[in-house]
Amino acid sequence: MKNSLIFTVFAALLFLASCETYPYQQGKILYTNFCENCHMADGTGLVGVIPPLAGADFLTKNGEAVPCIIRNGIKGDLDVNGRIYSTEMAGIERLTEFEITNIINYIHTSWGNEIPIVEHLQVREWLKPCEKNTKPF
Amino acid sequence: MRYLFLFFASLTIIMGCQSSLSPDVLPMLGTPETGPNGDSIPHTIPDFSFIDQDSNVVNNETFAGKAYVADFFFIACPTICPKTSKQMLRIHDRFKEEPRLELLGHTLAPKYDSVAALNRYAHNLGVSSDKWHFVTGDQAAIYKMAPEYMNIALNDEDAPGGINHSGYLILVDKNRHIRSFCNGTDPDDVDRFMDDIQKLLNEK
Ligand code: HEC
Repeated sequence: MKNSLIFTVFAALLFLASCETYPYQQGKILYTNFCENCHMADGTGLVGVIPPLAGADFLTKNGEAVPCIIRNGIKGDLDVNGRIYSTEMAGIERLTEFEITNIINYIHTSWGNEIPIVEHLQVREWLKPCEKNTKPF
Repeated sequence: MRYLFLFFASLTIIMGCQSSLSPDVLPMLGTPETGPNGDSIPHTIPDFSFIDQDSNVVNNETFAGKAYVADFFFIACPTICPKTSKQMLRIHDRFKEEPRLELLGHTLAPKYDSVAALNRYAHNLGVSSDKWHFVTGDQAAIYKMAPEYMNIALNDEDAPGGINHSGYLILVDKNRHIRSFCNGTDPDDVDRFMDDIQKLLNEK
């Protein structure tokens, strides 16, 4: 009995410790699968064509627009770090609220980005008003 | 004595391997063709004619006396193209001042990638048509060129973006022969490829 208790405590500790080292593991995997082709593994995008996510002022200025961009995509001129981008990004509708939250937090904490993390309830709010093909900001 | 022999044998093997791994003279790649006299000639890029982002005609003559790197892409491509374009841009930047090398990007979606669209794309990348041609034209004619450059291009409704294709970058010499290739999504492979380009340029 006592042994199994100790075991559980250790298991939980181990679990927490491993969570500490990989805080946004799911976000990272989803990023690799759904975003990396365009925004690149290092978040730099493609000069003039695909905007960066690393060091992008858009993320802090228009943070509330990002969940809708991920879900519905975006079309039309977009200002990122003073440069205008106009290639269309297709939405990725199959991502859930949780998955979107995890991707955003991976982006917020990668490549030198130090943007506060977002809660999934916040993301849920931000997702509410976004309808297809409307500019969310 | 036996050991000495073994030693020399393995030395030759090792040295043999090394020289075939990085030959000073690049090989001729692709399936050889049979010449008029039944002789074997290396695979040769056939005649083509397309239109680039500044409405120039681009054909074999455009690259007379020059080497070029060819690839296939399309602007709205959601899969490998942004990565291969990024690597093409690295090659462009490294050989910017080298007049004997140009770049040739074929769009696989000529219906959408018009001259105007390609012009905007090139402008956004900050490159010009005297170095890097983005060409469009008859879709069947473009698709027919892909296998000539050891690439695959197929319309496929199930593929993301509707086009299934491979992201190889191909080095063609001034005699229209393929001399090297690389995986355009792998920066390390592209490093090796750029060394091959330099080797080709060093050839007489
Ligand atoms: C097919 C290529 C492509 C894919 C895949 C893609 N994006 Fe984008 N993304 C773009 C383009 C192009 C723009 C600019 C859109 C415009 O100019 O209107 C953009 C814009 C953005 C922006 C706003 C501008 C900025 O840089 O801050 C964010 C945030 C973003 N994408 C996040 C993502 C995330 C997260 C994913 C994965 C879930 C993703 N994108 C997948 C191409 C892509």
